[in-house]
Amino acid sequence: MAGNSNTRSRGYGLYLIPGIIASTAVIVVPLVMTVYISFTRWTGIGSPRWIGADNYTRLFADANFWASFGHIILLIVAMAVVPTLLGLVLAAVLFDHVAKHFGDRWAAVLRSGYYLPQVLPVAVTGIIWGWILHPSYGALNKIMDAVGLGSLTRNWLGDPKYALYSVMAVMIWFQLGYPVVMFMSGLQRIDPELYEAADLDGATWWQRFRRITVAMIRPELYVVLVTTTIASLKIFGQIFVLTRGGPSNATLVPSYFAYKNFFEKAQVGYGSAIATVLTVLIVVLAVVFLRLQNRAERS
Amino acid sequence: MTVTATRTPSRAPAKPSLRERHPGRFLVLALLLVLLLLMVAPLLVVAVNAVKSPADYASNGPLSVPTHLHWDGIVDFWNRVDFGLKLLNSFITSLVVAVLGVVLSVLNAYALGIGRVRGRAWFLVFFLVANLLPQEVLVYPLYYLSKQIGLYDSLFSIIIIFTVIQSAFGTYLLTSVYTEFPRELLDAASVDGAGKWRALWRVVVPVSRPTLAVLFTFFFIWTWNEFFLPLIFLISNDNQTVPVALGVLQSDRMMDATTTSASALIGIAPAMVFFLIFQRTLTRGIAAGAIK
Repeated sequence: MAGNSNTRSRGYGLYLIPGIIASTAVIVVPLVMTVYISFTRWTGIGSPRWIGADNYTRLFADANFWASFGHIILLIVAMAVVPTLLGLVLAAVLFDHVAKHFGDRWAAVLRSGYYLPQVLPVAVTGIIWGWILHPSYGALNKIMDAVGLGSLTRNWLGDPKYALYSVMAVMIWFQLGYPVVMFMSGLQRIDPELYEAADLDGATWWQRFRRITVAMIRPELYVVLVTTTIASLKIFGQIFVLTRGGPSNATLVPSYFAYKNFFEKAQVGYGSAIATVLTVLIVVLAVVFLRLQNRAERS
Repeated sequence: MTVTATRTPSRAPAKPSLRERHPGRFLVLALLLVLLLLMVAPLLVVAVNAVKSPADYASNGPLSVPTHLHWDGIVDFWNRVDFGLKLLNSFITSLVVAVLGVVLSVLNAYALGIGRVRGRAWFLVFFLVANLLPQEVLVYPLYYLSKQIGLYDSLFSIIIIFTVIQSAFGTYLLTSVYTEFPRELLDAASVDGAGKWRALWRVVVPVSRPTLAVLFTFFFIWTWNEFFLPLIFLISNDNQTVPVALGVLQSDRMMDATTTSASALIGIAPAMVFFLIFQRTLTRGIAAGAIK
């Protein structure tokens, strides 16, 4: 640092004080407390009793815990993988085809429409789909009955065989717009001449898609994958409103599992262990993604 | 995380070449329109059935046009949950969090981006981690502590927590913006005798106002949509926010089809209004949040 900027940077530390105090109170202290509580037995009343790693040994032997992480893997498919792949194709088609042949306005309208579910509160999304998928008065079964598909009607959220797949379908609907918007904004960077040059060289649509589109928006691709994967690990609102983890734990996820132990079963130590494992997983995932992204940027 | 835009940021206007159109092109457009219909269909079905009488729904099903406009479901639901109060709670919380969150982000970013205080990389990691953490790992101690100091079940608790959580993202974004802040402006201010405090409010804040507007919008909408922490902290009827009131009701009580869609429509409406109001800011948000 040059001498000049050194003198200038003095005194700025004061401006960090409110932020540091607030973050310590709201983030650091609770985080440390949760990690500590995860090594105790505590009902939330009285003082916690230290039991070492018992909560963790119990957790790793708990079938529900493993099931909840199994469900998360399927939810990552529904919230991260499928929307990213579909979003890539949609963004490319909107940018390279619709905007070119039908005008920007068409592309913008389609993009806004796909994005619409993202602006709704998750609780409201849950209400909408809870009603549509309801076995007796829900819109989906009524519509299927009306068009002669009555034999295919199901208790979409109430049958352990179908509940998680129904939630997955809802999540694809919910998430699709986010990658479309992100990818289309990334595509703005592409020089149209690149496409024209590829056209002149006789490149097929698929070749242009892979070599130009995907290659150019790689940064957005990383961001979308990280944020959606982390969002699937954190999913709570939709599960709470749609299924409350049921039927018979068929849609149980870690965050709801932790919530249940905290506030329904008064097993605060066990809930804290679940929350701690989830946190470690998310932080590790974020670090791995950041590393991959850095390496990709350097090469 | 929900970075949004609603319009194609301006680029060279595309020239629709009418002569080149052929059926294949329209087929692609038709498929995209079918997908659009699938995406908005749930919302349309909600809107149609929210204004139907239960008898109408029972005899004609979810897809029919209402025989007459039946507002009772919406009015009844509104009164039953005292929805005006929930709107007010949500609005106050989101507004205060957005304002305080922006102020806190500005202070942090001023020190890190312009002041470049020592260890700024570590502070950035610190704030970024705060944004990554699942709320589950914070919730019980926050619940316990807020009870100890008498802040449980008050909007105040939620406001403090979300101000900190949102400003973590704000600090991250603004620091990268302030790192590129034109030094000449700051030098000119200090030549004019402005101290750091004056330079912040007279130069830095006015110049970065577009980015601050984007942050404000994000914070407002994110806080409005929050569910998990408000669900735990705002237990009394008088303190609930819109998502909590709707979410708890939905999972606790059996409701008929038209009441459910009325409640969903009531929940959708404010979100749509904000979406329309904030459209332009959000479009710029894509530029502010763009990956460099």
